[in-house]
Amino acid sequence: MNARLRWRKFVSNFMLTMTGVCALVSVAVLFFILGYLVYHGGASINWDFFTKLPAPVGESGGGMANAILGSAKLLLLATLFGVPIGFFGAIYLAEFSGSKVAFVVRYAADLLNGVPSIVIGIFAYGVAVQPFKHFSTFAGGFALGVMMIPITLRSTEQFLLGVPRTLREGAMALGASKWKTIATVVVPAAYRGILTAVLLAFARVAGETAPLLFTALGNRFWSNGWNEPTASLPVMIYNYALSPFEDWHRQAWAAGLVLLGLILVINIVARAILARGISVPRA
Amino acid sequence: MATTSTTVPSAGPFLGSRSFLARLREGDEIARLVTLLFAASVVLITLLIVYELWQGSVLPRHKFGFAFLRTSVWDPNFDNFGALPFIFGTVVTSAVALFIAVPLGIGAAIFLAELAPARLSDALEFFIDLLAAVPSVIYGLLGIFIVVPVMRDVIQPALKNTLGFIPLFKGPAFGIGFLTAGIVLAIMVIPYIISVSREILLSVPRDQREAALALGSTRWESTWKVVVPFARTGIMGSIFLALARALGETMAVTMVIGNTPAIAASLFSPGDSIASVIANQFTEATGELYTQSLIELGLVLFLLTFILNGLARVLILVTSQRGSAHA
Repeated sequence: MNARLRWRKFVSNFMLTMTGVCALVSVAVLFFILGYLVYHGGASINWDFFTKLPAPVGESGGGMANAILGSAKLLLLATLFGVPIGFFGAIYLAEFSGSKVAFVVRYAADLLNGVPSIVIGIFAYGVAVQPFKHFSTFAGGFALGVMMIPITLRSTEQFLLGVPRTLREGAMALGASKWKTIATVVVPAAYRGILTAVLLAFARVAGETAPLLFTALGNRFWSNGWNEPTASLPVMIYNYALSPFEDWHRQAWAAGLVLLGLILVINIVARAILARGISVPRA
Repeated sequence: MATTSTTVPSAGPFLGSRSFLARLREGDEIARLVTLLFAASVVLITLLIVYELWQGSVLPRHKFGFAFLRTSVWDPNFDNFGALPFIFGTVVTSAVALFIAVPLGIGAAIFLAELAPARLSDALEFFIDLLAAVPSVIYGLLGIFIVVPVMRDVIQPALKNTLGFIPLFKGPAFGIGFLTAGIVLAIMVIPYIISVSREILLSVPRDQREAALALGSTRWESTWKVVVPFARTGIMGSIFLALARALGETMAVTMVIGNTPAIAASLFSPGDSIASVIANQFTEATGELYTQSLIELGLVLFLLTFILNGLARVLILVTSQRGSAHA
């Protein structure tokens, strides 16, 4: 009996230690990725990377200035397209809709959230590339925007529903109309949460590569205007990593560091904004 | 109002009590219609995706029918397209990924939910969330330059020497291939399994644990025989979610799988997956049938993830509701 109890205690301690090891390994991966990118990317990042165009194929030197601008343009378009749909859609769900319509919209949004990014690429190709017969910054921004919609919509809705009913009733009792209540009381009360939702959606699509492959395509030069193909950081990383040139590998690491740095900073800022705000029910 | 499951708390009483004209004058009806427009566009876009995929794959659907899924010839020169090698690659890499990620992820989730103090658990969860935010092209970058060499020079020779009698571990060690893609995928989906499983485990009522401990079970026995079974369905949901992610993952897989359509018993063999063949060949595809066959692959992928995500959501919902009902 005593031996058996000792054995059970041993098993218990052993297995619980193993779960700790699992957690340690999983988190260690993050620090490994960060460390490796900082080590490799940090060594190859320089002023040229931010200011110069890519060098001609096979030559070393040059930078990714066009890809950085391209990514910025794509993300601007994506935000302009995806955030309003997500935001106003969420207002409809939280404030106006009946439960049947809400179910359909929520279901569609969850479905959209689960669509693999490469399939979003095919969709954007069919809608925004094929009819115009050319790849464009617009098409890439559209693809990324579609991906932003469900994330913005679902989390904004959660935060709107988290605003206490008494606030709404107070405003209405003072004679405000419903839309005025929403615009001046409900949305301001939930703005931290909404901002977090938008930032997380932004960070999520900032690193997306697959939807850009056949929408924004890529470009070794500056992209003139919005109707031309454009380079972007994720696609550059992909192309450069698969290239046979040592110097391009170096630049892929640098681009990886810049991209990951941007995404992690946005994530941390988003969470910090939320942590300082009023308590909201968890999704 | 405190819980998010309450549906549409504030709509009815305020809107219904006034006439349509009054609402219109105050702008409420306009606000409702405008926001409805945006909400409807979400549904519209989702339907449009299905429509695009369905319409875009008319030719191969009519020409090959279900044989598309069963044949393994992929020959653009002679307009012969079969999806089997890609389906095989997607299934095998996802299976390898789950084989590694499930024990590791659930183990870590148990640690975070049952063992770690709340503060440590929240801090680690923060890092796990960051890990989930790392874009897949970065995983691919690390895959090419770190995982592939390590696989080629260390892990694959070692597996061959010890387990080489199993067909899974035979053949030349290229570094790239099913196994490597599976490992990179595993690293990518672990955060999803941990996050969701941790939430589910945390929602298991406290008295379940206390009852088990009071009956004299050890900490591990209460965890493994009471808490985990209670959360079983939800944990299954987290696995399905991870599987759906793994099936649809494109960039990281494309960068390390080798991109050769092949069905092989060996995990060392280079292969191809549905998502990566689309990524590689879509812009280069010449001819309607070729392009449309790739779109049909997209349709297959869409349906797979659609089914898995649906199942996952139901399972997670069932468990978390059961948990909170008891609390």
